[in-house]
Amino acid sequence: MVKSFTISIFTENSIGLLHRITSIFTKRHLSIQSLNTSESETENVFRFTIVVNAEEELVQKIVKQIEKQIEVLQAVYHLDGETVFQEIALYKVSTEKASENNLVERLIRDNHARILSMEQEFMIIEKTGHKEETQELLEFLKPYGLIEFVRSGRVSVIRPKNELQKEL
Amino acid sequence: MEAILKPTTDTKLHISGAQALIRSLLAEDIKMIFGYPGGAIMPVYDALYDFQEELEHVLTRHEQGAIHAAQGYARATGEVGVVLATSGPGATNLITGIADAMIDSTPLVCITGQVGSSLLGSDAFQETDIVSISMPVTKWNCQVTKAEDIPTALARAFYIAKSGRPGPVLVDITKDAQFQPFDFEYRKCLEIRSYKPAPALDPVQVKKAAEFINEAQKPMILFGQGVILGKAEEEFKLFVEKTGIPSAWTLLGLSALPTDHPLNVGMLGMHGNYGPNKLTNECDVLIAIGMRFDDRVTGNLEHYAKQAKVIHLDIDPAEVNKNVKVDIPVLGNCKETLSELLRQVRLNSHRAWLEEFRAYDKIEYDKVIANELKPENGALKMGEVVSKINGLTKGEAILVTDVGQHQMMACRYTKFNQSRSNITSGGLGTMGFCLPAALGAKLGAPDREVIAVVGDGGFQMTIQELGTIFQTEAAVKIVILNNNFLGMVRQWQQLFFDKRYSSTELVNPDFIKIAEGYGIKGKSVSDRDDLSKSIEEMIAYDGSFLLEVKVGREDNVFPMVPSGASVSDIRLS
Repeated sequence: MVKSFTISIFTENSIGLLHRITSIFTKRHLSIQSLNTSESETENVFRFTIVVNAEEELVQKIVKQIEKQIEVLQAVYHLDGETVFQEIALYKVSTEKASENNLVERLIRDNHARILSMEQEFMIIEKTGHKEETQELLEFLKPYGLIEFVRSGRVSVIRPKNELQKEL
Repeated sequence: MEAILKPTTDTKLHISGAQALIRSLLAEDIKMIFGYPGGAIMPVYDALYDFQEELEHVLTRHEQGAIHAAQGYARATGEVGVVLATSGPGATNLITGIADAMIDSTPLVCITGQVGSSLLGSDAFQETDIVSISMPVTKWNCQVTKAEDIPTALARAFYIAKSGRPGPVLVDITKDAQFQPFDFEYRKCLEIRSYKPAPALDPVQVKKAAEFINEAQKPMILFGQGVILGKAEEEFKLFVEKTGIPSAWTLLGLSALPTDHPLNVGMLGMHGNYGPNKLTNECDVLIAIGMRFDDRVTGNLEHYAKQAKVIHLDIDPAEVNKNVKVDIPVLGNCKETLSELLRQVRLNSHRAWLEEFRAYDKIEYDKVIANELKPENGALKMGEVVSKINGLTKGEAILVTDVGQHQMMACRYTKFNQSRSNITSGGLGTMGFCLPAALGAKLGAPDREVIAVVGDGGFQMTIQELGTIFQTEAAVKIVILNNNFLGMVRQWQQLFFDKRYSSTELVNPDFIKIAEGYGIKGKSVSDRDDLSKSIEEMIAYDGSFLLEVKVGREDNVFPMVPSGASVSDIRLS
């Protein structure tokens, strides 16, 4: 059964490792839903967070092939329920249209979104949440002259303590 | 990447990156490298000029020749093969060999020159992004833009290439880094924190495996190259003999156990022997050792050994459950895991079960082998040629093959007495592999007879390496099994494409004249009566020799597991 999995990869910081990791997905003809890289709590250890929709057996094989890359310290995968995760989305809308429709209050009250910047021409709204939530706001804003939209990759923290984190 | 490095030189030398590169190779005990010069690697070639005594450079005629020669060298010696090439086309010409070494776990260090670091990314002359291109087919690779990073990069490269499951690595060095002077010091790499070459042995898994093996009624062993790579031939033999389990080999496992060993039951897979293929689907415990259940071995996975409990000994955790669901994985270097298993298994024999293999052998002999080895008339058969060569070299030669019908025939009908005697392109199936690989094998193992058995198609893919054989005077014996066809493709066209021989017929040149042009003695044979003495002449000849054997044009390799069929549906005709 195809499910959404979050793959967390802890790595050394080396040039080209992103390519080495993504080519393992390419090899299996699997599309990456979202990807994020950042530093981790340990100095010189970086983490990749990759979301895929696939069968668990395939994810298992991919994770093992990622883990065997020389500069990968550890790779693990989790179902959505086993992690706490967020995505961030930014929406640019016309200030004029937003005021006409009294959007601002509804946005803040009903959607827990916030205004990051307000200009004469446009305003930037920020919302964090799961994809469904940022998607919902996207659909909501479309009729009101949405100028620009962008959503980040997932960032995710594993619920139980990770063995590697203890080690490092 | 954090690594532990051990110093091997006491004093620091103020030298260029290129000179440091050569000294790093010497610090790794490298005696021979294969390569081809060009603009971006010229400083290294210049540095090499001062070390011609210590480090022999074999100038091939093409970078693909260099890398296949390094593969042959590595496979014959068990050492790391080293390749040197320039940027751009020099580097891209290595790719086929790198991919081949990756899938066949051959330790290689490839060093490529790169345009100066200020030109990187500017589409400079002979610039290609070889790090990106080679990434999916290397165990590890990196780019060096500063001379001071060269020794560390090479130390890691050698450590990674030969430890754990071996494989090819590539170090790309910009031209300015090769020129730059710095204080050189070499420290061998002993450990990299993010890399565990072999998983620790798990006693619980070994115990479980031993219990299953002890209780099995119809156990069967499948052994692969892992036994050879782990230098575990002795442990493996003792294990086989103590347990009395019939053992079958993959193409790359061949020669890990002597062919005539009473428990060696032959070859697995598409053109393997009848018994081991049939009985894979009847055994109760399947013990896979250092093999990766390639599709050419398993046939249709839906009908593969479903009745059996599967024990898998492998050094690479990513191989477990990749193709076949495993009941008991035993991870680790098989030299260790086999030693431990050996202590825990019972002395046993499986005579009745072994008889089942022998009964199938008899059927295969009568229906396939007899006619292949002892034909009464008609054109020469590939099997009889290979078998004659094998007899006349007493099974002691290194056999190097290419890809196709001749490869299957050579591996089926050669009997080996010692390990590291079979060098072939297994996983990638690279035509053109044989001739340069045979050259590398001969240079690596000069005291052994090296016989290159090659088809007329594959021979012409790297025919230019006759020039390297000529120049190095390596006494490689070349046997072309010439049927004027790309034989294996033609066989498939005959069996599965209605005999529509699309682009498989070859009009060949006079191979003997070509050999003579390169100063290599040549002879052609098509008559059965001349075969033995021609082979004898070739073996006795002091130097390289090319023997063209004209074989039956439309002969086929059998048995055969048709593509997509189960191993037990193996056909004899």
